[in-house]
Amino acid sequence: MRKYLLKRFLLMFPTLLGVAALIFFIMRVVPGDIVELRMMGDRGSVSAESVALERTRFGLDQPLWRQFVTWLWGVVRLDFGTSMWTGAPIFEEIKLRFALSFQVAIMSTVVAVVLAIPLGVLAALKQDTWIDYAVRIFSTAGLATPSFWLGIVFILALLIIFKWLPPMVYTPFWVNPWQNMAQLIWPALTVGYRYSAVATRMTRSAMLEVLREDYIRTARAKGLVEKLILVRHALKNAMLPVLTVVGLEFAFLLGGLVVTEQVFNLNGLGLLFVQAVQHRDYTLVQALVMIVAGFFIIVNFCMDMIYAWIDPRIRYR
Amino acid sequence: MALNVPAVGDVAEPLASERGWLGAVREFCRRRPLGALGGAVILLMLATAIFAPFLTPYDPVATDFGAMLSPPSKAHPLGTDAFGRDVLSRLIFGSRTALMVGFGAAVFGATAGAVLGVGSAYFGGRIDLYLQRLMDVFLCFPLIILALAIVAMLGNTIPNVIVAITLPMIPRCALVIRSSSLSIREMPYVDAARAAGFGHGRIILRHMLPNVMAPYLIMLTAFLGQAILLESSLSFLGLGVQEPTAAWGLMLRGAAVEFAETAPWMAIFPGLAISLGVFAFNLFGDSLRDALDPKLRSL
Amino acid sequence: MRSLRKYSICLLILAVAALTVAPVPGWAQDKPRSGGELTFVVPSEPPSYDAHEEETFGVIHPIAPHYSTLLKVDPFDRTGTKPVGDLAESWTISKDGLTYTFKLRKGVKFHDGAEMTSRDVKASYDKIIFPPAGVKSLRKLSYASVEAVEAPDPSTVRFRLKWPESSLLLNLASPWNWIYRADILAKDMHWYVKNINGTGPFKFVEHVRGSHWVGKKNPDYWDKGKPYLDGFRAIFISSSAAQVAAVRGERAHIQFRSFSPPERDSLVSALGPKIAVQESPWDCLNFVAMHHEKKPFDDKRVRRALSLALDRYEGSKALSRITLVKDVGGVQVPGTPYATPPQELEKLTGYGRDIAANRAEAKRLLREAGVPDGFAFTFKNRGIPHPYEHLGIWLIDQWRQIGLNVKQEMIEASAYHPMLKRGDFDVAMDFQCGFIVEPDLDLNRFLTTSDANYGKHKDMVIDELYLKQARASDLEERKRLVRAFEKRLLDEEVHVVYTLQWHRIIAHSAKVRGWTITPSHYLNNQLDTVWLSE
Repeated sequence: MRKYLLKRFLLMFPTLLGVAALIFFIMRVVPGDIVELRMMGDRGSVSAESVALERTRFGLDQPLWRQFVTWLWGVVRLDFGTSMWTGAPIFEEIKLRFALSFQVAIMSTVVAVVLAIPLGVLAALKQDTWIDYAVRIFSTAGLATPSFWLGIVFILALLIIFKWLPPMVYTPFWVNPWQNMAQLIWPALTVGYRYSAVATRMTRSAMLEVLREDYIRTARAKGLVEKLILVRHALKNAMLPVLTVVGLEFAFLLGGLVVTEQVFNLNGLGLLFVQAVQHRDYTLVQALVMIVAGFFIIVNFCMDMIYAWIDPRIRYR
Repeated sequence: MALNVPAVGDVAEPLASERGWLGAVREFCRRRPLGALGGAVILLMLATAIFAPFLTPYDPVATDFGAMLSPPSKAHPLGTDAFGRDVLSRLIFGSRTALMVGFGAAVFGATAGAVLGVGSAYFGGRIDLYLQRLMDVFLCFPLIILALAIVAMLGNTIPNVIVAITLPMIPRCALVIRSSSLSIREMPYVDAARAAGFGHGRIILRHMLPNVMAPYLIMLTAFLGQAILLESSLSFLGLGVQEPTAAWGLMLRGAAVEFAETAPWMAIFPGLAISLGVFAFNLFGDSLRDALDPKLRSL
Repeated sequence: MRSLRKYSICLLILAVAALTVAPVPGWAQDKPRSGGELTFVVPSEPPSYDAHEEETFGVIHPIAPHYSTLLKVDPFDRTGTKPVGDLAESWTISKDGLTYTFKLRKGVKFHDGAEMTSRDVKASYDKIIFPPAGVKSLRKLSYASVEAVEAPDPSTVRFRLKWPESSLLLNLASPWNWIYRADILAKDMHWYVKNINGTGPFKFVEHVRGSHWVGKKNPDYWDKGKPYLDGFRAIFISSSAAQVAAVRGERAHIQFRSFSPPERDSLVSALGPKIAVQESPWDCLNFVAMHHEKKPFDDKRVRRALSLALDRYEGSKALSRITLVKDVGGVQVPGTPYATPPQELEKLTGYGRDIAANRAEAKRLLREAGVPDGFAFTFKNRGIPHPYEHLGIWLIDQWRQIGLNVKQEMIEASAYHPMLKRGDFDVAMDFQCGFIVEPDLDLNRFLTTSDANYGKHKDMVIDELYLKQARASDLEERKRLVRAFEKRLLDEEVHVVYTLQWHRIIAHSAKVRGWTITPSHYLNNQLDTVWLSE
């Protein structure tokens, strides 16, 4: 197992390097120049000499490979530099937004798990009955409904029926938990619904898989109480694929909430992403991509570790 | 989707060609009513898309400022939007865009993914390692950035939107197909074919690809729904199809949100259309998967 | 005793009468009330704090209250074109128009306590007009006429010009020309990029990136009694739906850029009398740029046809309900000193009322120029919702009416300018926006030599007209020249096709008083005259 895990660990680095190269390349190829954008503002024209001056200040006149190496060297030391648009250190820019996105991600996961596991188990136990169909329709609807549309409908409903709007400005949880929840519960529900759909389906199918095993069938014939105990047992075995799926979806959540954040006006990483790309803020975009991709890769690695621990084929290699 | 490796020895069953097509369909409808429902809705969507010009009372791009923002009525069954364009007509033509983008992206994504997955599994060794890393890189790359970059570089036309949606799908499909193919590669008949001197291409095409048909089809139907959703998200952000083309995601953008209170029909119907379409594809895809190979439930 | 009782009853009655009469709306309310914190939302955040180096309103809205300028526009004038003194108490102009002498107010203090003198004004303007190497000054070119800035004594500043320029006063009232401390600039020219120290009505408290900006009242402000507010709070919200929600939920008082018509309508229907709406034509306009070196747009007749096809008046009625446009305007914002009156405007190509005749003429011109019916071309548009997308849809529809088959290609906003610069278009949307309504500033971009001349037109007449109007000292003469410029640009040569004037809509809490809308969202942001009625 150790060799397996070491191999997976080492493979993280080429992937990260690949991501770094890709985003660096993409940002340089996309048309639009941050210096011009910044200096043009809302009005439209700017002189060539001031542009050239600024570009040297940002080091944009250096050969590409040198820019890449300088930046990469910084990343290795976890120094992401300063945002080209504001001049503030990237860490500052991201701090607040990361906290918000992370909280929404966690809350969505909680919503998803709380919905998915009971529903999935229920659907598996009552397979092919109307309960099963109802759960399948409910979860498939969760997959099918565009989350931004759901968000719009949510806000509209709140406005028209309750005449209430969620708070506009983010307050951290430890400052004012009530405000914080009032703002973030809605996007968490919207995202969590879709998230739960994936998890429900997986729970259901994993449970079905496990319940089919021979020893469960014999046990079923024995009686109610034993059946309940065996269901609990089945659940434990079914949890592995469910956990995998929940983990993988969670990894996508951090940078993947762009549209939700727009609808609910959350000042999160997704919105920062969009703004940074619009500004052609190379350093910020690159840093964000590295963070999001790094997060994804690390979560995947954790999943690998858990899998390796549980799956005897890998554990005793 | 989980990426666990199926146990060694799992091979997809061949399609139900023995029972005859019509028989198979009837069997499918009887045993899996939800899937049949999904299939029916899909056929309806296809018909609507194909016969769109005959079904729409109005030209979807013709503006009519005199009738702007009017509620559903006899003249406009689903109302009009901010430019006086008939919502129903735009919805019907929108199905064309949705299916074009959806099928295009799904087919290209699944096929490219399948080819890469099979190739990766077959050749193994260094090629496998490099391809896997490439797939990993694209998998963890944030989708929105990719789409933004493609659109900024290439422009906002429909083919480019298809490219933007296809790219994230390829690695997912590749990984799944690869794990299915790994088991096939160990099969004795593949070794025999190699010993007999058959070329790589022939082995891949005649022996390996047919056996990954089942996961391929399943991924395809799964991607169809996702592609439609992705397209609507991109259009909503302004990165997808552009005005005045009729597209469901585009109809939800801008004016629909602004007028949501006074003219809710602008936002409600496109959203329902998207949900219904993706819903149908998912139901159908699920039942298809159950029919083809229950062991692939993990997908 | 009894008379005393009667007396006190009379007094009581009088007192009650006085109390019931006193809170008559509009009477007591017109007197500014001190106190309260103004909360406003800002759609974008300032990238840095130095207005000399920035070009976005995101810098003006939260930071302008901390600074003063030499001159500013009259905050109660709706056209935003009347210069009044801010730090300048009075001024004289020499007979030959080459020397402007300003008398500065005395006893004005910076937020750190230092006294403001003419040295500070000179240092700030030297930074703007004659920036040293390594210092950016974005508006340097508009002060090309200034020879030198002098500070003969601590309360006098003198501008010496190379040639007379009637726009100088308004130029000096620019909202970007904040007055900095000379001593600080001498030590570090870049200090103001990250720091705040001005003479404005509000002192800086804090800026939390991604969240908000807070300022509090400057007790030593030179204009005694002002500011009325105790402080202000700017909240950065980029989504316009959320901005509207903030005002609607009474969590913010005002947004200083603009709301769209449906947003205004939703606020009015939700809050009724608690909302006040101020509207004005905006100093911004979208026009269609045609590449003069690409066929068939090198032919004047084709360009004229594109303009004749537009039913501007009907379009105005419909589009003003859904997006930020309204008036049919020429090269100057309707209602401002140099704007052409509507009846005269109608004489220009495409501005006439008889749309059927116009379109027939357009079709004829196209035929004459050899453009076939159903001719197709691509119209490139900027990927911004308001009002670009709406105007794009409208334009395509209008051009369809004269038999042109136009496809729209939306280019992402940040990639748009490079596309224009490359000349990679046949027909594209461009914009003419200014921060103050002044022909010199607004018309500059149409010069043949201008960097912003993306359509690559070459016209000596226009260049000459521009120069003449810039040097004209007589108001009527200048008006005449501006009108001639407009005619040449839009009618004789049709270098560009003007669409509709943008329309600014500020729907704010009725509690906000003392703020008057102008055509520019860069003006009137000092907040010294603003007060809250409760």
